[in-house]
Amino acid sequence: MGSDVDPLLTYLLRLADDNLVLAQRLGELIAGMPDLEEDIAVANVALDHLGQARNLYAYAGQIDPAGRDEDDFAMGRSEREFLNAVLVEQPNGDFAVTMVRQLFVDAYQVPLYEALSESTDEQLAAIAAKAVKEARYHLDRSAGWVVTLGDGTGESHHRAQAAVDELWQFTADLFTADRVEDELSSRGVVPDPASLRPRFDGMVGEVLAAANLTVPSDPYQRLGGRTGFHTAHLGHLLPELQWLHRAHPGAEW
Amino acid sequence: MSVSSGPSLSELRALAGEVCDPELPPLTLSDLGILRSVERRGDTVVVTVTPTYSGCPAVEYIEAELEAVLTGAGCEDVRIERALSPTWTTEWITAEGRRKLIELGIAPPQPVTGGPVPVSLGRRPTAAVPCPRCGGTNTVEISRFGSTACKALHRCDDCREPFDHFKGI
Repeated sequence: MGSDVDPLLTYLLRLADDNLVLAQRLGELIAGMPDLEEDIAVANVALDHLGQARNLYAYAGQIDPAGRDEDDFAMGRSEREFLNAVLVEQPNGDFAVTMVRQLFVDAYQVPLYEALSESTDEQLAAIAAKAVKEARYHLDRSAGWVVTLGDGTGESHHRAQAAVDELWQFTADLFTADRVEDELSSRGVVPDPASLRPRFDGMVGEVLAAANLTVPSDPYQRLGGRTGFHTAHLGHLLPELQWLHRAHPGAEW
Repeated sequence: MSVSSGPSLSELRALAGEVCDPELPPLTLSDLGILRSVERRGDTVVVTVTPTYSGCPAVEYIEAELEAVLTGAGCEDVRIERALSPTWTTEWITAEGRRKLIELGIAPPQPVTGGPVPVSLGRRPTAAVPCPRCGGTNTVEISRFGSTACKALHRCDDCREPFDHFKGI
């Protein structure tokens, strides 16, 4: 992205893309969860993330000099133009992977939306104040399941630990900042992403301790999602998300 | 249409308030407290609603219904606006709305105390939500999410029936 792009537009797309891509991943699970209650829960969580994405895309559309709308952002951009953190595009894996990924996202979004609800930008503050109520519910559920799995049977503990080991390398990407966040945080529009990290570490640490799980010692972290450098998985997710719109541009029903 | 010959704003507001939530049909927009205002701006009637949840799928239906009802009442130009702030809270559900929820077998929301709901990290003790069928308090939460985003699923161990609980937010 060129340095002439409005930093607020880029920031809104980063957050919106997190929510859209995660909603798509969760949507893949509908009718495939272990029990009926979780099937309903995953659909509800997906819907919350989709709604948050739409509010953010709609706002982005209002300030986009190119006049793009929600559908243009969601359905008309390619992999390199998506700015989500790499965590949310990771495949669903088993139930433990789905829940650990959700825990990491929720423990990031709760402090993020809390901080954004104090934003000097009224519209962003309103979107975040709505979203934070949803994110707190999501966190209660994902934390409960990670404790249940980690502190459960030998098999569920083993799988939960494998999920933490696999996904931990994608967590730092959530907290990266470049000139977009730097400029916006200097004006009180957004929090410095690094300032969210202690809350994330505190909440995740508490859950993992209760679940008898540990974070891997390998310090490697895969970064790059915020500037469009994704893992191989996003390129496979987007065609399924976008094919109908691309095959029938402008179709309505 | 001249303003003087059309329905008054209070009549339009009453009509708009009678539109039902498609997922909780007896409950109206007034009952749920999601109708913020009905006003005239020039020749346009502007209705402002507050969505309950970011992704509530009922919003688009409700907006279409509002437009149809007000157009049917003689308004030629209707615009629906969404206001996210102040954030909708279940405290805005009216006494009538709560009564209708119980009639539907849905436990109404618990009071929301001021300030943010603390994050319990999955170990929140389930507050006993009274059963809307038998009134028993021997109930447990089965799932944080029920048939719609705004509800959780509980079970009454007195009458052995499951029920939806409208989550307090």
